[in-house]
Amino acid sequence: MAALRKVLVRPELGAVTAAIGVFVFFAIVAGSRGFLTTQGTVNYLEVGAEHGILAVSVALLMIAGEFDLSIGSMIGAAGMIIAIPVTKFGWPPWLAILVAFAFSLVVGYLNGWLVVRTRLPSFIITLASLYLLRGFTFGLTIALLNYTRASGMGAFLSGDPLVAIFSGAPLGLKISIWWWAGLTLVLGWVLFRTPYGNWIFAAGGDALAARNVGVPVARVKISLFMLTAATATLLATIQVIDTGSTDVLRGELAELEAIAAAVIGGNLLTGGYGSVLGATVGALILGMVQQGIFYTNIDTNWYKAVLGAMLLAAVLLNNYLRYQALRSR
Amino acid sequence: MAIIELKDVTKSFGRVNALRGISIKIDAGEVHCLLGDNGAGKSTLIKILSGVHKPTQGQYEFDGKPVELSSPREALDMGIATVFQDLAMLPLMSITRNFFLGREPKKALGPVEVFDSGKASKITNEELNKIGIEIRDPDQAVGTLSGGERQAVAIARAVYFGARVLILDEPTSALGVKEAAVVLKYIVQAKTKGIGVIFITHNVHHAWAVGDTFTVLNRGSSYGTFKKAELTREKLLQMMAGGEELEELAVELDLIAKRDPSEVGKLEHRVAEELDRETHPKQ
Repeated sequence: MAALRKVLVRPELGAVTAAIGVFVFFAIVAGSRGFLTTQGTVNYLEVGAEHGILAVSVALLMIAGEFDLSIGSMIGAAGMIIAIPVTKFGWPPWLAILVAFAFSLVVGYLNGWLVVRTRLPSFIITLASLYLLRGFTFGLTIALLNYTRASGMGAFLSGDPLVAIFSGAPLGLKISIWWWAGLTLVLGWVLFRTPYGNWIFAAGGDALAARNVGVPVARVKISLFMLTAATATLLATIQVIDTGSTDVLRGELAELEAIAAAVIGGNLLTGGYGSVLGATVGALILGMVQQGIFYTNIDTNWYKAVLGAMLLAAVLLNNYLRYQALRSR
Repeated sequence: MAIIELKDVTKSFGRVNALRGISIKIDAGEVHCLLGDNGAGKSTLIKILSGVHKPTQGQYEFDGKPVELSSPREALDMGIATVFQDLAMLPLMSITRNFFLGREPKKALGPVEVFDSGKASKITNEELNKIGIEIRDPDQAVGTLSGGERQAVAIARAVYFGARVLILDEPTSALGVKEAAVVLKYIVQAKTKGIGVIFITHNVHHAWAVGDTFTVLNRGSSYGTFKKAELTREKLLQMMAGGEELEELAVELDLIAKRDPSEVGKLEHRVAEELDRETHPKQ
């Protein structure tokens, strides 16, 4: 009984249940049309990875009580920071990739620093960076290339030392899936097994109480803003190398889908509660739904309606489960 | 010798004096009650004692040496632990994680240090058993505990981490009678361990039950510090309510109760005059 209750109060319980439900649904409805094939599985894992790489870091930031709406724009910006210097100025790809990561860490630091210093909601601060980053990406790309797209990366990639870890498909699974799994393991471990993880919970649970017992709340929050910006750049890097091109609009709305995945995974919007594994399961659900619809007769344009309904259901379910967690004793 | 001594401490926020010329001493193994009405300066004094604020003037001495605390963490490291009202615990985090928040036990895992959750759970269980709290599972959320239990866990945590001075901010104010009694018991337990306890409250009965020394604050100043032997509960109550003001008020209330028309008439006249003086000071 005690063991059962322990399972019941896990934040990812709702998401895991939902994931099984979604899988069973598509297995029945679209199983004969290819959802259950290896290719079908690889496909939805790949889509899940696109959400998951962002969602795992967004989950940590949310547990710490903050949002980052700028990661979608960060994807667009990072893609151009890599693609333009390589294709137009002949930089080696590894250098452009390092510059993109450095840039994202600076942006993340500034986001975090502003939030901590001004005590304004991170929603507002990062909404500003959302527009700033996208605007600069747009303006500078047009100024430099005269197009909103940068392509032709493919010719420069072979033999580059950094490109290898952001491309390919070891054991038949795309590199993004491996990054997603790796990040889930590492960040999940950090959250539950290190003092820093404890501080993340505390920073979002009650920043003042945490500060009073000596938790460096500002440092925790700023570092997590840097993490979300860096994972956005990671995703941008993988995409640019994979497709050989990028667009100024790359990553639009990715920030909201990452938040959706994290919330479906049981992460509390107001902080202090949640899990990395939950966010990963949430991302997996998004991937399965997005790809699953493709295998059914349903028009894929319905995906967003399904996503909205799932989000609402998830919030209600998680709310109920959290109430149970606090009641059980 | 006193563990903490404040000498003639003043704290101003801009032009507002929250505290004026406060001197206070906390000895080992005593419960020092800090009383006062709302707005008397209790919170400001706690924040100075716990390192949140620095005094504008005056001296903070620890073990006889002047110190300048720059954060609650620094105070904590010196053994000054504060249990803030309502802020003692994070309800959605487990008891164990709360217990060790900010001072997590670590074990080496290869090159990195990780949170030793096994050890943390074991110690939490032991420490809570010592003070008589039975929990089924130290991994359950603190939100499942009652208010009194939360305060108790916070006190147990401070004691476990070797607090020499324990500052309790209104630990009983949000509690029912039974729960308050439990918390008062822990206060006495901490005292017998040689800890100096600063017990902030506006409940004279709670203070009287456990206190050895009493300091009463009124509008940022101190009425002085008294040993229990020098006081009665009534005297303490009187001081808290502002001394003579209360006596006068009692007489006035009596008059109103008796409905002596002439006296009430005079009284009303006086109150009106006084109000007028306060609202138009220069007339």
